[in-house]
Amino acid sequence: MGKITYREAVRAGLREALQSNPRVFLMGEDVGKYGGTYACSKGFLDEFGPERIRDTPLSESTFVGAGIGAALGGMRPIVEVMTVNFSLLALDQIVNNAATIRHMSGGQFSIPLVVRMATGAGRQVAAQHSHSLEGWYAHIPGITVLAPATVTDARGMLLAALQEPDPVFIFEHAYLYPLEGELDESALPVDLTQAAVRRAGTNISLITFGGSLWKALEAADQLFHEGISAEVVDLRILRPLDISTVLASVRKTHRAVVIDEGWRTGSFAAEVSAQIMEVAFYDLDGPVARICSVEVPIPYPKHLEDAALPQPEKIVQAVHSLMGR
Amino acid sequence: MTLVVDRDHGWELLRRMLRIRRFEEKCAELYSGGKIRGFLHLYIGEEAVAVGAIPCFSSEDAIVGTYREHGHALIRGTPMGPLMAELYGKANGCARGRGGSMHFFDAARRFYGGLAIVGGGLPVAVGLALADKMQQRRRVTACFFGDGAVAEGEFHESLNLAALWKLPVLFLCENNLYAMGTALGRHQSQTDIARKADAYAIPAEAVNGMDVLAVEAATREAVDFVRAGQGPYLLEYRTYRFRAHSMYDAELYRTKDEVARWKQRDPITLFQQQLRAEEFLTDADLDNMETAIAAEIAEAVSFAESGSWEPLEDLTKDLYTPAKPAG
Ligand SMILES: Cc1ncc(C[n+]2csc(CCOP(=O)(O)OP(=O)(O)O)c2C)c(N)n1
Ligand SMILES: [Mg+2]
Repeated sequence: MGKITYREAVRAGLREALQSNPRVFLMGEDVGKYGGTYACSKGFLDEFGPERIRDTPLSESTFVGAGIGAALGGMRPIVEVMTVNFSLLALDQIVNNAATIRHMSGGQFSIPLVVRMATGAGRQVAAQHSHSLEGWYAHIPGITVLAPATVTDARGMLLAALQEPDPVFIFEHAYLYPLEGELDESALPVDLTQAAVRRAGTNISLITFGGSLWKALEAADQLFHEGISAEVVDLRILRPLDISTVLASVRKTHRAVVIDEGWRTGSFAAEVSAQIMEVAFYDLDGPVARICSVEVPIPYPKHLEDAALPQPEKIVQAVHSLMGR
Repeated sequence: MTLVVDRDHGWELLRRMLRIRRFEEKCAELYSGGKIRGFLHLYIGEEAVAVGAIPCFSSEDAIVGTYREHGHALIRGTPMGPLMAELYGKANGCARGRGGSMHFFDAARRFYGGLAIVGGGLPVAVGLALADKMQQRRRVTACFFGDGAVAEGEFHESLNLAALWKLPVLFLCENNLYAMGTALGRHQSQTDIARKADAYAIPAEAVNGMDVLAVEAATREAVDFVRAGQGPYLLEYRTYRFRAHSMYDAELYRTKDEVARWKQRDPITLFQQQLRAEEFLTDADLDNMETAIAAEIAEAVSFAESGSWEPLEDLTKDLYTPAKPAG
C-alpha cells in the first residue's frame, strides 16, 4: 500500500473498470487524445482504443443523453463531463430522462449509467468555472450522488457505482486531483450506503463532504490544540443520505456545524441541518450552524475567492461561537 | 502579388497585431511569475482575425467574445492598463478584477465579454441584435466563437433564430482547428463550417484567417450586408493557435511539426514581409514600433502593479442593482 494522488486513484478505478468489463466504455470531451482534462484517462486511448475511449464534440446534452441511451441499450457507459459548470447544458437529459425513465416506465427500463465530473472552486478560475452544484443534483430523486473526498473513495466509489443498476453521478473536487493520500485496500469495495467518520471526537460534529472535508479536518486539528474534540463526518453519499451516521455523531457531541461549498440558501447543508433538527432536536445543546459559500458568483482574485469559500478559520469561529468561547 | 493597402493603414494593421502578440507574451511571462493566475488562453497566432475584423465595426456596434478575448478587447480600444489590471485581479481592472483573463467587459465600448462557457455567447448576441432590430437601430452585433462551439446546440439554435427573425448579427467563427485537444475532424462530421450556415439559409464564407487583409475585406463586406438589414451572416476565419490551449496543456494531441508548419504562416511575419516588399517598412520602422509597444506594455504593467485589491467588504457589491433612493 502506498501513497497515490487522487488523480491516479480515479485513473486506477477507470482502468480496472475498463479491463474487467468489455461493456464499459468512457466518453467525454478530451478524454482520449488529450488524456483527460485532469489527466485521469492519460494513455487510455492507446491502451483501450477509440471504440472504448471516445472523444466527444462539445455537446454536453447530447453525449450525456447518448450515455443514457447506451445504458438502456445494454452498454455500461462512463460519461465524463469536463466540469459541473458544463453539466448545466445537460441538465434536461439528467433531470428529465436519467432520473425519471425507470419510475415513469413502471420499472420496465433501468439506466446503469455513471457520470463523473469535476466540481468546486479554489483555483482562481472565476465565476463560470467555480460552481459547487452537487447539492442541486442531490435534490433529484432517481439518481445517486457521490462525492469522494479521499483516494480510496475516488477509486472505490467509482467501482461501486459501476455495480449500481441506476444512474450514479460522481463529483470529484478539482482541488483534490493533485493531492496524495494512502490507498486503503481494506476499505474496498466501498459501501454506497454509509457515511464515514474521518476523525472521532466528543465535543462537536463537523459534517461535510468533498473538497471541504480537508478544511474540516484542518479545523479539527486547530480545535484539538485548544482542547476541543471535534468529530469529522464525511457524508460521501449525498443521495441517498446516510442520516443515521450523522445522528449518531450529533447524539454523542450535541453540537454540529455543517460545511458545504455550495451557496447557503437551499444548500445541501440546509438539508442536513433540517434533518438533524427534525430528529435530534432535543439532543442538541444549540442550533446547528452552517458554513457555506458566500452568495456571490466566485470572483477571480485570490483574496476574494478565499473570502467567498468555506475556510478552516471560519469553521473554527463557528465552533467557538457554538461553544460560547 | 500586389498589396491593396496604403502605407499608413498597413502600419496600423501591423502595429495592432504586434500589440496583441507582445501583450500576450508578457502575460505568459507574468503567469509564470504568479502575477496572473487561473486560466489563461492566449491568442498568439490568431491576431490577424481580431485586427482585421474588429475595426470593421462602428463604436455603436456590439462585440461578444469568448475566454480567448484579450486581442479583441485591445483592438476594440480598451486601454491596455485596465486589461492588464484585470489579469492581475486588481480593482482598477476593466471588470474590477473580478473576472480575470476570461471575463473582460467594457460597457463604454459595447464589449459584452469575456464569456467562458463554450457556445454561451451566441444566444446573447442574438438577443442584442433583436433589441437593435426592435428599436430600429442600425447596429450590428459581432459574435465571436471557436470551432468547438459549433458542436453545441446553441450554435444551431442561434443561427436558426437569427435567420428566422432576420436579425443583424454577424457570426464570426475563429476556426483554429482544435477544440482544446480535439481536432476539427475528430469533432465535426462536416468540417467545412461555413457550409453549416446553408442549413439555416444564412450566407457564409470561409476566409484565410492568417491574412489580415483578407480578414478585413471579408468582414467589411459582411458588416455592410448585415447593417443593410438583410439578416445574419457567418464568416469562418481559418486560423491556428500557436500556444497551448491554456497554460495547462501537454499538447499531446498535435505534433511539433504541425505547429512549426503553421508558424511559417505567422500572420505578423507574413504581413511584415508584404510591407517590406512594398518598401513600406524598414528595420528602423519596426524597431520604433516595437519600442513604442514595449513602453505601452511597461506602463500597463505598472498600472496593474500600482492598482489596489478590491476591499473584502465589496465582495457582494454589484450582485443586484442597488435600489434607487426614494423621492
Ligand atoms: C460548454 C463548455 N464545455 C466545455 C468547456 C471547456 N472548454 C473550454 S474551451 C474548450 C475548447 C473550445 O474550443 P473552441 O470553441 O474551438 O475555441 P478555442 O479554444 O479553440 O479558441 C473547452 C472544451 C467550456 N468552457 N464550456
Ligand atoms: Mg478552436
